[in-house]
Amino acid sequence: MTTARSSAAASPPHAAGAARPERILMKGNEAIAEAAIAAGVDAYFGYPITPQAELLERMARRMPELGRVFVQAESELAAISMALGAAATGARVLVSSSSPGISLMAEAMSYLAGSELPVVLVNVMRGGPGLGSIGPSQSDYLQAVKGHGHGDYRVPVLAPASIGEAMDLVADAFEIAERYRTPVIVLADGILGQAMEPVDLRFRTPERRPTDWALSGAADRPPRVIRSLHLRPEDLEAHNRHLREKEAAMAAAEVRWAGHRLADAELAVVAYGTAARVARTAVDRARAAGIAVGLFRPISLWPFPSEPLAGLADRLRAILVVELSAGQLVEDVRLAVAGRVPVLFHGRTGGMVPSPGEVEQILQTLAGMGAGQGVRPHHLPADAAPEPDPVSLVEEGAWARWAGAPRERGVGRGRGGGA
Amino acid sequence: MSPVAPPPPSRIGEARVVAGRPRLLAERPTHYCPGCGHGVVHRLLAEVLDELGLGPRTIGVAPVGCAVFIYDYLLVDFVEAPHGRAPAVATGIRRVRPEAFVLVYQGDGDLAAIGTAEIVHAAARGERLTVVFVNNGVYGMTGGQMAPTTLLGQRTTSTPTGRDPKAAGYPLPITEMLALLPGVAYAARGSLAGPAAIGKLKALLRRACEVQIEGLGLGIVEVLSTCPVGWGLTPVEAVERLAEVERTYPVGVFADRARGIAPVVAPAGGKGR
Repeated sequence: MTTARSSAAASPPHAAGAARPERILMKGNEAIAEAAIAAGVDAYFGYPITPQAELLERMARRMPELGRVFVQAESELAAISMALGAAATGARVLVSSSSPGISLMAEAMSYLAGSELPVVLVNVMRGGPGLGSIGPSQSDYLQAVKGHGHGDYRVPVLAPASIGEAMDLVADAFEIAERYRTPVIVLADGILGQAMEPVDLRFRTPERRPTDWALSGAADRPPRVIRSLHLRPEDLEAHNRHLREKEAAMAAAEVRWAGHRLADAELAVVAYGTAARVARTAVDRARAAGIAVGLFRPISLWPFPSEPLAGLADRLRAILVVELSAGQLVEDVRLAVAGRVPVLFHGRTGGMVPSPGEVEQILQTLAGMGAGQGVRPHHLPADAAPEPDPVSLVEEGAWARWAGAPRERGVGRGRGGGA
Repeated sequence: MSPVAPPPPSRIGEARVVAGRPRLLAERPTHYCPGCGHGVVHRLLAEVLDELGLGPRTIGVAPVGCAVFIYDYLLVDFVEAPHGRAPAVATGIRRVRPEAFVLVYQGDGDLAAIGTAEIVHAAARGERLTVVFVNNGVYGMTGGQMAPTTLLGQRTTSTPTGRDPKAAGYPLPITEMLALLPGVAYAARGSLAGPAAIGKLKALLRRACEVQIEGLGLGIVEVLSTCPVGWGLTPVEAVERLAEVERTYPVGVFADRARGIAPVVAPAGGKGR
């Protein structure tokens, strides 16, 4: 397979008049590795785990070629601790793993956050809990967005929905990590890691920031200490306040999301990553059947795009959250809309991926239930509460509440049209 | 080069300074308990680093445990590691900073229990690191619980009737184990059991630094140290007890491969020199 060898072209990829970048077929894990290399990563530390092993393997070959650092660690605990040491000297560092290994990395993640060290961590999620499966999953959402390790902190979480976007977000992740001196998670999944897609070979190398905090030896300055320990309660509270202020700055500046056909939508699907790819197809098919539905795709899972989503809530009649999990993103969606619009959920787990048809059917049901029009699944009597999809994890209670809900918020009723 | 600060001008004819504060040792009250060995080891390190001119390019890795505060005493750059992961953190520094002198300081709970994998694999990779492994036989910071190094029969707060091998296993001679590995350039054990032992220990620490400078591999020195509070002894009794500790953990040099010292039994696949 052709691979990128050089770092980014100097000109912005889609600048007017710029030559179209070369487009090749690439596997997600390998594309992420190449994006990190082009972004100027100095060191990579990893441990083999499916479905991210190709990322480690590519780094094993490429980093020594470039005179950069590759170490296969004895564990994920060690890999991210190596990253901590390298980052403490101001190096640009990448680690990657998949769900069970990410749990081990939670230890040093907390130290990285407490010590304010920039490291980019890629999680190619697989099914859980426990050893779970090696199939794609989104069941580490809550772990990622709630900070990952112990203690009071959050870290930015970026969720690509395509291999090309993963490449862009890896460069962005380094930039955010270094701007705020924080670890950043790129949350992918087994499909994004394993699939091959055509990608544009457009790369970006974030500018280096001054590392006047980093360790280099106290040659011509007082010694520096990088630590997370603050034994005096007053000191730790002040440190936590500082971290919280930094999080507020990130929450204000780093929110990212994408919308698709939302302008006149009455229904919205909220999904990220691979689930958003499925949902987008379902939305387009439902549109073709006359249903006014759009897709809201969070890209930054933390900070969560709560305000943009809440801004949509008043003109939506329902939200359907689709995930490769038993229901995690849905919690943040419900918090964001604060009860202003019904939020339904459809998720598959264990490496199972919902089909576009499966999602489309739910959209048709929702549309038909409220509006009295649109296509209804044949197995649902026209006047009965819909049955739960036998293979989905749509909550029975949610369907029942939906079916029997007061109609002022129901699909198909005019806004504000009380009975 | 003198490891101590230049003396004030003396007006006494033949007087010379024979002791003083090493330049790399901060002037501040210690937080360590009376009779604790860490202060002595810190001082020896300050002297050795200064004698070898390493201070300005040293990056230290502080452990979890009482000695996390080494960064308050030794005037070099430091980063704090998660519990037991100091050799991994040091590996990260080592690989991106080939010119740095990387110092790892760990206790016995940190290195020989929770961090066993990290020290073994740093040693297996032959990382150019100098590891100072302070063994006082207990978890000091958390109140004197059993460590992997606790002697048989020793009472601790988690072996209240004494360490029974049937329930709690045997003391772990990890320095001898590490000495088997070809990546370990130097492995030795010293003791704080008196001024003579401390003098010898300084030579061991110096050699463990030299093997890193010479690019030979990992150097580790285990220090048999005291924890009077954890042991329920006075400081003087604690030092006296080190003679008993040395019967389980003999002092000596187990590997100095550049000088032809290596354990007789090499592991399968090893290439002991």
